[in-house]
Amino acid sequence: MTNFKTLATAAALLTMPSLAFAQDAAPGFDEIGPYIMTTLLFCMAGFLVFFMAAGFAMLEGGLVRSKNVTMQMTKNIALFSIAAIMYWLVGFNTMYPGDFNGFFAIGGQTVLDAVGVAAADAALDYASVGSDFFFQLVFVAATASIVSGAVAERIKLWPFLIFVVVLTGFMYPISGSWQWGGGWLSEAGFSDFAGSTVVHSVGGWAALAGVIVLGPRLGKYSKDGKIHPMPGSNLALATLGTFILWLGWFGFNGGSQLAMGTVGDVSDVSRIFANTNMAAAAGAVTALILTQVVYKKPDLTMVLNGALAGLVSITAEPLAPTLFGALWIGAVGGIIVVFTVPLLDKFKIDDVVGAIPVHLFAGIWGTIAVIFYNSDANLMTQLTGIVAYGVFTFVASLIVWFILKAVMGIRVSEEDEINGLDVSELGMEAYPEFAKG
Amino acid sequence: MKLIIATIKPFKLEEVREALTEAGVRGMMVTEIKGFGSQSGHTEIYRGAEYAVNFVPKVKIEIVVPEAAVDQIVETITKTAQTGKIGDGKIFVLNVDQAVRVRTGETNEDAL
Repeated sequence: MTNFKTLATAAALLTMPSLAFAQDAAPGFDEIGPYIMTTLLFCMAGFLVFFMAAGFAMLEGGLVRSKNVTMQMTKNIALFSIAAIMYWLVGFNTMYPGDFNGFFAIGGQTVLDAVGVAAADAALDYASVGSDFFFQLVFVAATASIVSGAVAERIKLWPFLIFVVVLTGFMYPISGSWQWGGGWLSEAGFSDFAGSTVVHSVGGWAALAGVIVLGPRLGKYSKDGKIHPMPGSNLALATLGTFILWLGWFGFNGGSQLAMGTVGDVSDVSRIFANTNMAAAAGAVTALILTQVVYKKPDLTMVLNGALAGLVSITAEPLAPTLFGALWIGAVGGIIVVFTVPLLDKFKIDDVVGAIPVHLFAGIWGTIAVIFYNSDANLMTQLTGIVAYGVFTFVASLIVWFILKAVMGIRVSEEDEINGLDVSELGMEAYPEFAKG
Repeated sequence: MKLIIATIKPFKLEEVREALTEAGVRGMMVTEIKGFGSQSGHTEIYRGAEYAVNFVPKVKIEIVVPEAAVDQIVETITKTAQTGKIGDGKIFVLNVDQAVRVRTGETNEDAL
């Protein structure tokens, strides 16, 4: 019965458009279709990118030791929630201020479309405010997650969360406005499709500053220059997290097409999915082979990082490359990870989950790699963007970390660090029934 | 009565258990342990950094046997657990003063 009714209504509607148009000038599908499709793209892609928060949580939870897992989970759910609130309060309109000087404009709160908005009042050439806001806010949360992994196992909870407030409310939106808000870098011709630099390198720079101010974990580097690895507590969770991030990345890159109203746009979205997948696969295989050759045994944690580095590498230009292009761009990302993870250790920079090699170094590579397949991009402008984001984010982050260190301290005591943050900071263990190992 | 303590490579446990059962042993205590001897641990690589694993996983078997059976049991364990490579483990034999079967109250060799 219901089906019959639906069919009847549909049939009636099919015969109506010209009539309806004549009567109340309601726009036809040609006019509202792109708006509907693009809004749908933002919602679906937004869900996928949202799930990356779970991916980061599982990856980080698996790569820290079991005594710090509750803390890592607490940081991840708190940072996502803080990012969501800060992006509404000030972030979204700071990042997309409309007409502005191209460098800096603090925006106000985000206001959604009216309930049941009329076609005439909607942004028919784009998408609904709600979908756009939601899609953009899950990106900023990803940036904060990057920092969380690098500074794990020794940072205090509240200073970290205060840093997240500044990062998601101000630093990321201000620098983001330079490119995606139509600011000076976008005018200069900088090209960063889904954010190898705008999102990933920014997270990487903020993480690098944090790790430097914080110092390495106790016992990670001994005085005689030896490195003492601290193997992760659950590589099954780390692998699950990587697969979730990989899935989420289809939304990250695919949604960044920012349009799905034409045959060209929707085909481009699918083209991006295929390229994104290829880059991840190439990064993983490269790390698998390289660790076998260099260290005589494959290192799963490096293979996971390799897949993610492949994804970051293709993020700046997931559309233009051929599948072979995506393959070699992703493979270079895998190479970068295998060689820069030990390099950071040489400099006594203790990045627990490999966030800096994956998001910063592969992000820089991906931003440069744009020039190979996108003829509109040139090396100098790409480098300008990389340096601008690097200087701004690194310096601003250093300042915030130093202020936090001076005002409230950012690191737990030696005893608390050895006992684990779960017990000392939270009084709650992730695995209370396990014996102490 | 003697207590035989044998530390062996974990993958040899099942083979040793079978051989001991055949030799008439009717009970044993097994613990997963870590330790080091002349093997002195080994090295692993995690994320590009080599590190020493100072304590190697081993399995500890404890068996209490009548004095007359000691030589045969020790020989069985030695033969079965041996690979000829470093890290095969060690066997110690100690005196036992008393044994009691909790269910019946039987003592000493009757309790074994």
